[in-house]
Amino acid sequence: MSIDNNNCSDEANDRKHKKDVGRRQFLDWCFKAVPAGITLFTFGLSSKRSSGEDTKTSNNGKAPNSEVSYAMAVDIKKCIGCGRCAAACKKENKVPDSPYYVRTWVERYVIPKKGEPMIDSPNAGIDGFPDQPENGDVLKTFFVPKLCNHCDNPPCVQVCPVGATFKSPDGVVLVDDSYCVGCRYCIQACPYGARYIHPEKRVADKCTFCYHRISKGLAPACVEVCPTQARVFGDLKKLSSPIHRILQFNAIKTLKPELNTRPKVFYANADQEVR
Amino acid sequence: MEHAIQQTADALGSFAGYIYPNEYFLQWELLIVLYPYLTGLVAGAFILASLERVFRVKALMPVYRLALLTALAFLIVAPLPLLVHLGHPERSFEMFLTPHLTSAMAMFGFVYAWYLLVVLLLEIWFDYRRDIVIFSQEKKGFLKYFYKLITLGATDLSEKAVKFDDKAGKLITFIGIPSAFLLHGYVGFIFGSIKANPWWSSVLMPVVFLFSAIVSGMAAVLLVYMVTSWFRWKQINMACLNKLSEFLLYAMILDIALEILDFIHRLYESEESIHILSRLVTDRLFISLVISQLLIGSIIPMFAIAMARFGTLPDEMRRVFYFISAILIQVGIFSMRWNVVVGGQMFSKSFHGLTTYKVHLLGLEGLLMTMCLLVMPLIILFVLAKLLPPWLEPDTAKANET
Repeated sequence: MSIDNNNCSDEANDRKHKKDVGRRQFLDWCFKAVPAGITLFTFGLSSKRSSGEDTKTSNNGKAPNSEVSYAMAVDIKKCIGCGRCAAACKKENKVPDSPYYVRTWVERYVIPKKGEPMIDSPNAGIDGFPDQPENGDVLKTFFVPKLCNHCDNPPCVQVCPVGATFKSPDGVVLVDDSYCVGCRYCIQACPYGARYIHPEKRVADKCTFCYHRISKGLAPACVEVCPTQARVFGDLKKLSSPIHRILQFNAIKTLKPELNTRPKVFYANADQEVR
Repeated sequence: MEHAIQQTADALGSFAGYIYPNEYFLQWELLIVLYPYLTGLVAGAFILASLERVFRVKALMPVYRLALLTALAFLIVAPLPLLVHLGHPERSFEMFLTPHLTSAMAMFGFVYAWYLLVVLLLEIWFDYRRDIVIFSQEKKGFLKYFYKLITLGATDLSEKAVKFDDKAGKLITFIGIPSAFLLHGYVGFIFGSIKANPWWSSVLMPVVFLFSAIVSGMAAVLLVYMVTSWFRWKQINMACLNKLSEFLLYAMILDIALEILDFIHRLYESEESIHILSRLVTDRLFISLVISQLLIGSIIPMFAIAMARFGTLPDEMRRVFYFISAILIQVGIFSMRWNVVVGGQMFSKSFHGLTTYKVHLLGLEGLLMTMCLLVMPLIILFVLAKLLPPWLEPDTAKANET
């Protein structure tokens, strides 16, 4: 009887021991699984955001094509400063009317024989430019259309704290306005002044190369309306694209190359004053 | 918005040269000036507390707990200016859920949470646990339950347990010092890493921010200590005040040396941006940089503190010198934050023009809101000091030491 009793108590102890081990194992598992789960959840989502897989772009449901690399070239010699590009952009993309919110604008440079260059862009160049006094002191004058440079190494994408701004596989820098928190860090990080905070949406806004148009095979609005073909849009990966011709036959510069942003807006025949 | 546009249009006469169209509005305004100022106070106050705890500067004992509570009060308010400033504050939690890992700003939540939860709250809890348990037994009514709740069930007051508290507190302070460096160095990095902005982009920025943080935190604790002593009709401990001012002076010397180094470095390298930055300093920032930050906020208080600390002035006079210097230092550090944040946006990235900024009185980013956010930590500190009295009178201090 006593032996039986002993056996019973041994079994009970054994069960208890097993139960203890089970609890310990469970806690151990929790300690490992919870941080791992949080890490996976956080990093998984963030990488998903930053690569732009989960973003609403106006791509008509088509998957962005990594075989394409969109770019623009601007021939300074051809620009007449009519401002139609800036006006078309405002209309096409419903950019606020105010002169202080622009996706693209035209600058006029007046380089005097002596002294500092004079630069202006009244209302982004949409209404044209006031006459300059002709006193013979002007060395040269030219117009420079500006827009987001859709950098290959974009500082705005780097600094966005939630990954709302991202580079699409076809090389266009976009903003997910349903996700942007409006911290404005991207605006500070952009060396080209290409971004602004949309006054109604309270999110960062900028040129998209008219993504809703180019994904249908159309040209961006600014390119479409340019009467002198100063703006040329194309695919860097396609040798037959018209952009290659302008890149091949002109002296090309990009803006602020020392910052290593690797812009995809190329300027032909631009003066050194252009920044 | 129309009103803002009109105001900007009115101010157009103040713009000089050419600025990009999107640069007419400053993106980061007064609230973002306030944010590094507040976090600086937190980091500085904590580092002051650690001087007593880790480096055993016993003369600073009377301000040890006060410094911890000051750090906590300012830390609670520190994220508010950021939150108010966001275009979509309701989405701010996304920074925790889906942080973009290459963004310095995305790390804010983690740095903040680490500092608040792991460093400051734990340190204060371990430091006060003995008092909290005693309060939970002595107090009556709601307070009794409040203290009971914050004992977190750890009511053991045995010698072994109290010793453990002390050890744990020390360990956390050890972790806390690099964390405080991280917190404010990180704020400096947010600005210093922006290569598009030559006024910000400097490897020295996090270090300059850090030392200015130490200066502002120490001066703030000095002010809080003096004011609270007056209101409590208690004698100010001169040994503590002298020591505190001495450390403050050393920190100021380091801070100003770093800033001068940064200045000389920029001038000597003379990069493309030097012309516009020179115009920025002489034109837009002359009063806030040369007069307010350098002269009123650095040179005068440095001389005053040096004179009071190492001269042969009577104690009464010393206190006046220390007090006025600490106020001037706050003015100087706030000016420094202003010069970095606002100054960095007052020139065009085209390097061809200067813009202007006018502080608004009302609105989410106005002067009134800023004043509210500046007063709020003081109210929180008052409540904290009522709940967790930081006054270590000589007899209590002695008892704690034994």
